[in-house]
Amino acid sequence: MELCDFPAHKLSKMIHNREISAQEILDSTLTRIEKVDGRPGSTKPYTQTSEDKEKVHAFITLLADDARKRAQEIDKSIKEGDEPGLLAGIPYTVKDIFCVKNTPSTAASKILANFVSPYTATPAKRLQNAGGILLGKVNLDEFTYGSSNESSAFLPFPRNPWNPDHVTGGSSGGSAAAVAAGEGALSLGTDTAGSIRQPAAFCGVTGLKPTYGRVSRYGLIAFGSSLDCPGPIAKNVTDVAMMLKVIAGADPHDSTAVNLPVDDYLQNLENNIRGMRIGLSPDYFRITFFDTDKEELIEAPINDEIKDIVYKAAGRLAEMGVDIIEDIPMPHNRYGIPVYFVISRVEAASNLHRYDGVKYGYRTPDQVKELKELYRKSRGQGFGLQPKLRILMGMYVSASQYSEQYYEKALRVRRLIRQDFEEIFDQNGKYKLDALLAPTTPTTAFKIGNIYGDSVLMQYSDQLTVAANHAGVPALSIPAGIDKKGLPIGIQFIGQDFSEGKLLQIGRAFEIATETDQWRSLKPLVLKNF
Amino acid sequence: MKEEITLETFNHLVELAALELSKEEAEYIRKELNNQLTSIHQLQAIQIDDSILPTSHGIPYTSEMSPPIREDKFIPFEEPDNILSQAPELEDRYIVVPDIPHTDLE
Repeated sequence: MELCDFPAHKLSKMIHNREISAQEILDSTLTRIEKVDGRPGSTKPYTQTSEDKEKVHAFITLLADDARKRAQEIDKSIKEGDEPGLLAGIPYTVKDIFCVKNTPSTAASKILANFVSPYTATPAKRLQNAGGILLGKVNLDEFTYGSSNESSAFLPFPRNPWNPDHVTGGSSGGSAAAVAAGEGALSLGTDTAGSIRQPAAFCGVTGLKPTYGRVSRYGLIAFGSSLDCPGPIAKNVTDVAMMLKVIAGADPHDSTAVNLPVDDYLQNLENNIRGMRIGLSPDYFRITFFDTDKEELIEAPINDEIKDIVYKAAGRLAEMGVDIIEDIPMPHNRYGIPVYFVISRVEAASNLHRYDGVKYGYRTPDQVKELKELYRKSRGQGFGLQPKLRILMGMYVSASQYSEQYYEKALRVRRLIRQDFEEIFDQNGKYKLDALLAPTTPTTAFKIGNIYGDSVLMQYSDQLTVAANHAGVPALSIPAGIDKKGLPIGIQFIGQDFSEGKLLQIGRAFEIATETDQWRSLKPLVLKNF
Repeated sequence: MKEEITLETFNHLVELAALELSKEEAEYIRKELNNQLTSIHQLQAIQIDDSILPTSHGIPYTSEMSPPIREDKFIPFEEPDNILSQAPELEDRYIVVPDIPHTDLE
């Protein structure tokens, strides 16, 4: 195993014991990137080559020189006797939806392709202050609007390291793919409807959507402001715990970042989970979606292999003394997507009005006579299809004559979705759950090109993740098996507000129990020669 | 299928959103919008008690966890020229835009 394949907490220990240097870790990681990543995403005219189809393409901007300088600084400071930070020498990537000072911060959109941020997002700054080494900015769906990364304006878009004919998932696809392929042990992602958990599940890595407000959104290019959660993507639960400890906490720049102390997630990570109550809900084993061709509502069970893996996981937890409670009702789960189609679009439209070709970003090169024409052309040429769709839907459902029918209704159903969670976690209620165990996704990673273009079907791939965003509650996705096609399967633990510590304990206990499982020895296809 | 967003409504929205669209884009987007609305219509069937009020956030913000209100103090950005330099066209630290047409308010 090469250094770039080590989990972050092991590297951190080796750095703290002075066994290895930051430069050694970085060299190993940059070599890996050179071997597996191929060309970075770009807005230049793109023609696909056969080599492109075999590479990961996680990056938009690789900051190799800056990273080398930073590694030297870290090594020098350790040599001089300074106490290394928790993440000293750990290479990480940042989803290109976060502003990082003096780096292109593109949101994978042509409209921000030339934007160089004058400041750094709070969670990114905290990774830096803990001694981490920023490798670069990684690809995503344009403005995070997608579940496959195929909508990025920066091509080639990322491919799944387990099988490059399949999507990475999204929108934090570059992040999940990078971690899976050994291109940086940690990645900072965002989750608005599942954008950390779904790609983590598809790429066989671990991802946490923290409670809304646990991690500051300052410097995150906004999508759905009441739903967006920055969070960690890493190789395993311990790494996620370590990264969350660094990025969580109040921030004077974000009034929604809560003023609650941050737990020491590492301290209690391996506590016994015996006696915990973990639920299974039938509402998480089926998806309900509207078939636009047949014009009818279809209810379909999720993939059998995934269902089996979830039940197997429940069995393993039961062996550890966990009480598994079945038939937990989550009756409003099925409305997660329609509610999301309304709320997220209204918030997106509002957040996208600022891109006007005047203050920063793309401006049309065409001759224009007046300001409005400049707006129309700059926005028309700068935005891809997904942002345009979301702006128009957001404006429609919040227009004064439709607002009560759509927007207000969605906000009320959102409360019902929240109440489902409040009821199952109520310690004086009927179920008294510590967590809900569910599949992260209804299928494993789908083939590139299979769903892209059908905006309704694509959105429904988030059906099992989106409810946690409406409710604001935390959810941890961890790998739990591999399907017959050789693609990873993820399971998620959803908990009550600010129960990240407990979810991480459960996840860690599951890891320990399954340490010697055969599927854990399988490696992504792109790493077969390493 | 009934088209809730007609061509006329669509063009009005596009104008309000300040977007110039190609014919192909407009066709695709209008089709997808109408498809998405069919999904959204599931919400209409839900009977909701009047006591269920709209919520703009999942988690409740109690006074214990809400951060204190900041002092109303002006903190200058240390490198304002890094912000200005992002503007597509700049003249003497002013952002240049084309003519702003005069319109009478109704």
